[in-house]
Amino acid sequence: MFSPQVEIMLIASVVAVACAIVGVFLVLRSMAMMSDAISHSVLLGIVLAFFLTRDLASPALIIGAAVMGLITVFLVEMLHQTRLVYEDAAIGIVFPLLFSIAVILISRHAANIHLDTDAVLLGELAFAPFDRFIYQGVDLGPKALYIMGAILMVNIFFITIFFKELKIVTFDPQLAAVLGISPVVVHYALMSLVSITAVGAFDAVGSILVVALMIAPPATAYLLTDRLHIMIGLSALLGVASALGGYAMAHYLDASIAGSMATVAGLIFAIAFLFAPGRGLLSVAKRRVEQRWNFALVTLAIHLWHREKLSPVVGNAYAIQELRQHLRWSSTYFTSVMERALKQGLIAKRDQYVQLTEEGRNLAREGQGF
Amino acid sequence: MIELFNNLFFDHTLRTVALGAGALGIVSGALGSFAVLRRQSLLGDAISHAALPGIALAFLLTGNKSALVLLSGAAIAGAIATWLVTNIAGLTRVKYDSALGIILSVFFGFGLVLLTYIQKQPNANQAGLEKYLFGQAAAIVEKDVLIMAGLGLVALFLLFLFWKEFKLLSFDRDFGTTMGYPMALIDFVLTTLLVLAIVIGLQTVGVVLMSAMLIAPAVAARQWTDNLAIMVLLAAFFGALAGVSGTVASSTISRMPAGPAIVVAVSFLVVLSILFAPRRGVIWQRGRDYLLRQRFRALGGKKDV
Repeated sequence: MFSPQVEIMLIASVVAVACAIVGVFLVLRSMAMMSDAISHSVLLGIVLAFFLTRDLASPALIIGAAVMGLITVFLVEMLHQTRLVYEDAAIGIVFPLLFSIAVILISRHAANIHLDTDAVLLGELAFAPFDRFIYQGVDLGPKALYIMGAILMVNIFFITIFFKELKIVTFDPQLAAVLGISPVVVHYALMSLVSITAVGAFDAVGSILVVALMIAPPATAYLLTDRLHIMIGLSALLGVASALGGYAMAHYLDASIAGSMATVAGLIFAIAFLFAPGRGLLSVAKRRVEQRWNFALVTLAIHLWHREKLSPVVGNAYAIQELRQHLRWSSTYFTSVMERALKQGLIAKRDQYVQLTEEGRNLAREGQGF
Repeated sequence: MIELFNNLFFDHTLRTVALGAGALGIVSGALGSFAVLRRQSLLGDAISHAALPGIALAFLLTGNKSALVLLSGAAIAGAIATWLVTNIAGLTRVKYDSALGIILSVFFGFGLVLLTYIQKQPNANQAGLEKYLFGQAAAIVEKDVLIMAGLGLVALFLLFLFWKEFKLLSFDRDFGTTMGYPMALIDFVLTTLLVLAIVIGLQTVGVVLMSAMLIAPAVAARQWTDNLAIMVLLAAFFGALAGVSGTVASSTISRMPAGPAIVVAVSFLVVLSILFAPRRGVIWQRGRDYLLRQRFRALGGKKDV
């Protein structure tokens, strides 16, 4: 259909979008690590389904994997509901166990077939175009593209149709229950999507990097917007950007494509983490500095105001030296606060005396909640 | 059975491997207890994945493949990852679990890039990725055990030394702050010890299964007691038991990988504990509920209350 390079980029983009749009709900529902658990334990589903069908190309493998994903979620919740184990500990027990069983089964019974554990963990996108979908002798393109395309369609379909339900269950589960939307049903439906997506995606990028594509773009979008539908769209876009940027990086360094995609997704997140307007590190730091100055100015204004009220005659002329002693600030800090107050017109200075302006009085009143 | 014990004591390879796995079990069980109690169970998973780029960079920069160099790289990368997770979750509205997921997968992905880059270098004596992913208990030699035991002893000694501080950190951090303890520093020391335990374990059970070695013994031990000291000792015992029995299983059963066998063993201990532990265990609880209902009925209570 296209050149292998274009096909790889196409597959990578489809995988990234499919992962990102379900990942949004994982990030919002604080279940990001469930994607890690599911993407590991689906291996057991694949192995068991393989033992049943003896066919590595069988669609039963995807179904088996998806079922195992749901079993993982179920087991985690069962452990958690005994109230003997914290939820994060439950996740950390269940998926290594299921994964271990899978590894043991593979090494004992299936050592001679092509079911590599490291292929499952790491994936190999570069080989995806070799496995082609051929119908009646016509080459219709790589199989992975069709499988992931179908999974992407299912995800889009589900999220569009149940958008309202997902939204309510995510942000207000109690309200959802009152309205007759079962949080449990929506939860398991969402987890099925995550499982199916994880199976489809790890063929291409491996199970650990599925986590990168499911969590990093939505978390980045979460720093940039407050609207759910914008967050979904933005996550999909960022996912594609990570996929294409990752491919370029892999091409340049001659290194792992999946690893590069995860790296680029991480770099994009880092940029948002530092510079996101309002929520990034810089904005937060800037806001904190401003708040600190603001607090100092309000303190100064209130102090002067009280003085005015206490002794209207003397208070209008407060010796700077005395003021500094009363506030007990260090002299450099005091000087810079005074400079700011002067610049903002909160105080007026005459020789060695200061006086509140009307603006300063307003600030003092506001600061005291009047 | 007798032959098995014979082998365990006199077969050199098996004894070495079992000692290594047992030492790992003790250290990870003891330190994992704190991770579980502080609800940082999955931090271990993130640290073990994040170690990969550290290992790769250590190799790239020094060209040295000795265990100590690679472990140092792993430890530094693990510490950076922990610091990043804490700050991402603490400074922005991104939640703790998302921060873990991002750091885990992005660090691992970057490590993968470095590894594939190394493998394409002309003079690459490749750092075995396979070994790092799944561990290679069978390849442990005496020197490794000595390094593991040495690092483990240091970790346990520090745990003993700062026992009171760690306890305070785990149960009432704010109280510690008001008492004037440098809680941030104590947190840093405890997390460093956790990183140390993980780095020791990577070689044996590998990255995927390391998190189970930290969490499972602690969760099992938690069911039997409400006392921290007993819990830590029990967790260390469970970890050692699982380590030794897993290696024995892998040596007696053909084509049984040691790492997964250890994880299955330790998970078995968890299930046993959750079911049968006195007072907390599921069966105990059910039985108590039943007796209470009986007594209530004997006192004339309605049946369906």
